[in-house]
Amino acid sequence: MTGSRRLVTAAVFAAPLAFLAVFFAVPAGTLVLTGLRDGGTWDLGAVADVLTSSSTRRVAWFTLWQATVSTLATVVLALPAAWLLGRLRVPGRSLFSAVLVVPFVLPTVVVGTAFLAVLRPDGPLADLRQTATAVIVAHVFFNYAVVARTVGAAWLAIDPSTEEAARTLGASPWTAFRTVTLPQLRPALAGAASIVFLFTFTSFGVVKILGGPRIATIEVEIHRVTTELLDLRVAAVLSLLQLSAVVAALMLYRRAGVRRGSGAIRAGRSTLRRPRGAEWGVVGATVVSAGVLLGVPIGSLVWRSFDTADGLGLAYYRALDTVGRGSVAFVPPTEAIHNSLLFAFAAATTALVVGGLAAVGLHRLGRRARGFADSSLMLPLGTSAVTVGLGFLIALDEPPLDLRTSPILIPAAQAVIAIPFVVRTVLPALDAVPSRLRDAAASLGASPWRVWTSVDLRLLRRPALVAYGFAFAISLGEFGATVFIARADAPTVPVAIFRALGQPGAINVGQAMALSTILLVMTTLVMLVVDRVGDARVGGF
Amino acid sequence: MKYPVRTLTALLAGVLLVAACGDDETDPVASDEGATITLQAHDSFNISESVLDDFTAETGITVELLPSGDAGAMVNQAILTKDNPQGDVLFGIDNTFLSRALDEGLFVAYESPALDGVSEEVQLDDEHRVTPIDTGDVCLNYDKAGLAAADLDAPASLDDLLDPAFGGTLVVENPATSSPGLSFLLATVAEYGEDGWEDYWESLTANGVEVAAGWEEAYYGSFSGSAGSEGDRPLVVSYASSPPAEVIFAEEPLDDAPTGVVVESCYRQIEFAGILAGTDHEAEAQQLIDFMLSDTFQSDIPLNMFVYPVTDVDLPEEFVRYGATASDPYLVDAEVVAENRDDWIERWTEIVLR
Repeated sequence: MTGSRRLVTAAVFAAPLAFLAVFFAVPAGTLVLTGLRDGGTWDLGAVADVLTSSSTRRVAWFTLWQATVSTLATVVLALPAAWLLGRLRVPGRSLFSAVLVVPFVLPTVVVGTAFLAVLRPDGPLADLRQTATAVIVAHVFFNYAVVARTVGAAWLAIDPSTEEAARTLGASPWTAFRTVTLPQLRPALAGAASIVFLFTFTSFGVVKILGGPRIATIEVEIHRVTTELLDLRVAAVLSLLQLSAVVAALMLYRRAGVRRGSGAIRAGRSTLRRPRGAEWGVVGATVVSAGVLLGVPIGSLVWRSFDTADGLGLAYYRALDTVGRGSVAFVPPTEAIHNSLLFAFAAATTALVVGGLAAVGLHRLGRRARGFADSSLMLPLGTSAVTVGLGFLIALDEPPLDLRTSPILIPAAQAVIAIPFVVRTVLPALDAVPSRLRDAAASLGASPWRVWTSVDLRLLRRPALVAYGFAFAISLGEFGATVFIARADAPTVPVAIFRALGQPGAINVGQAMALSTILLVMTTLVMLVVDRVGDARVGGF
Repeated sequence: MKYPVRTLTALLAGVLLVAACGDDETDPVASDEGATITLQAHDSFNISESVLDDFTAETGITVELLPSGDAGAMVNQAILTKDNPQGDVLFGIDNTFLSRALDEGLFVAYESPALDGVSEEVQLDDEHRVTPIDTGDVCLNYDKAGLAAADLDAPASLDDLLDPAFGGTLVVENPATSSPGLSFLLATVAEYGEDGWEDYWESLTANGVEVAAGWEEAYYGSFSGSAGSEGDRPLVVSYASSPPAEVIFAEEPLDDAPTGVVVESCYRQIEFAGILAGTDHEAEAQQLIDFMLSDTFQSDIPLNMFVYPVTDVDLPEEFVRYGATASDPYLVDAEVVAENRDDWIERWTEIVLR
């Protein structure tokens, strides 16, 4: 690496580092340190006590076990959908792709009650209530889109001609997939799996609602000891435990996934084709299984939003604008939608810019040198929302950074969660850009900047938009991290849903369902637009 | 060719724009009309806008609201930020968290003259660091139709729940993660004493009690009496005001509440307000506390927060007809709660969940 190249790399890293320092590392670190030296002294005996207690061991084991099973199940079940999105032209493809993201944004409480409805006590699945199985099924439900969409985008970028060549030479479809396509998918697959693993490892709402009181993850315990007991010391120890587990998992991921990403990436001309023969069977099975897994809970809540006492109608939607009007907690639905979209736009854009810069920086570092920086960027996903949220309150309370009640804090907190996503989606694509394209551009006289904008940036467009869509969705549905930020008066749709569910009564439940339906329609529309932009012809070389 | 660059530039401009708008919103609005004070409250706080407008008209003081999560999260926030408080007045601290807040020295004392109209029983702090504003009873609710279908009468005491006839009919919330769940545990401690409540819960567990993580899961997921319910259990731990809420928020006018309250099972939660130490607006904060005990504010409480006023104002009709006021609710001394809650919750977990 030359000196000037190093300087550019450092400059590229500066913004992401500063952002993550202010909005993640300093707040979370402050809270953990406050906890560890509770009362002004370091008490390492207490640390050991927490770590060796049988309940900590049980919780840690369950956390690891359910995250591993959930990740494997999600990858296996969502892979056919990724293939469908990456290879096939079938009617309704873009709508299917957009709807997949819906579970991602729905508040856990709403999905939780929808699942509880499926597992009704008098129904055939009653035995699954309050079990680890119910938790794992819900995890697949929530994370299906992560695998289907990110791996699908990578699949789309792989030139199908090599696999076809293998088939022509006599390889079976499975052998051709295994030896030709799978190695190229590997970085995207590993990236998606690592995200799913982190999401499920730190799962909170799903475990609480569907797992019942006998099951807990480390995240649930951190939340409990912090909010109920205000025992910051135990919370700090558990946070560090969770963080070390996450770091260990990330190291494994690096060894498994990033070994070799081979790059026959291509842009431009669509390679989607119509399914042939037996492939229709796989398409059918994929659509049916996704339909059951995602469609039943989602469909039941949409149905309930229209299912009023007078038959199907809009009574609950009308109630949104009237019930409670004139009280301070009243949220006009248009205002909630406006706030949600504004925050989501700000958070996703911030995440794309910051995460994009980080990915470029990592790419410039090269595969060997990036290990540490790469893993640190993932840490926000391994940190409890309550740790970061409460950390904000005590770390960002003095000028020049008195941000505690600033509206900036909400999109910033959401961007922190979305950044790892952007990095994991953009980096594999960046690594896969064939260096011969860059060399060709450079030898034709293009400046380094020109090479970057005309080669890298164009090939990155699709993965970047997939990442943008996810960041948008994360922000749209996010509730956890922002609960602990005292909000200035800017309620979002998820906040309005929680308010509606806070009181008994048919109108309140109906309003929660109506708001959830609005949220899912918003999400689908945003995803359709994002996909449309991403799939638009970029223009061939 | 330049398209992606232009997109990126536009996005960046968007970020800056949003950030800039955000800044504007946080700038305190200069006002000639008087002070602005911040009321830090839990997310369930609600009152008519016209009531707060009355306060501003009377005093020239503007109240800004700062919702801070549920009651527990709010108290913890206040404790963590006590050297640099976010608000001037804190509303919604209840008797289960009171000791923790008082021990931390969160509040400055203020004895409001309006306390004359408030029952002594709810004035838990002799030094008046906190002022009672409302009470809410956590009580067993029953599903009238569900019990009738099972040919059962509503239970009339905590003892009745041990009757095999009520086997598998009750859902409670986990006291480790839910405020009504903790209140119900405290009710059993008050009834059976520190030596007897564990036996009671062993029997209750043997009789098939179900535990849900929080109120929403219990009330909407397992209880059979709530509108839109998926559950099959006719008994749930909820609030004395839940039946009136079922009527008020019903889709079509109801002749009767679908659920009822077991008044013999109620635990009293008292919600307090206090002036946060470190405020620059102590005089204005005192005026707000006085106002919260005024008839205007007190009579606006039930239909907005579904709890009961502490002064002698008239209750809304639905509360009179369908609600219930326990004449002799359970209550455990705040200091005893503070001293034992962690142990009790741990013991409860051992007995019921393992």
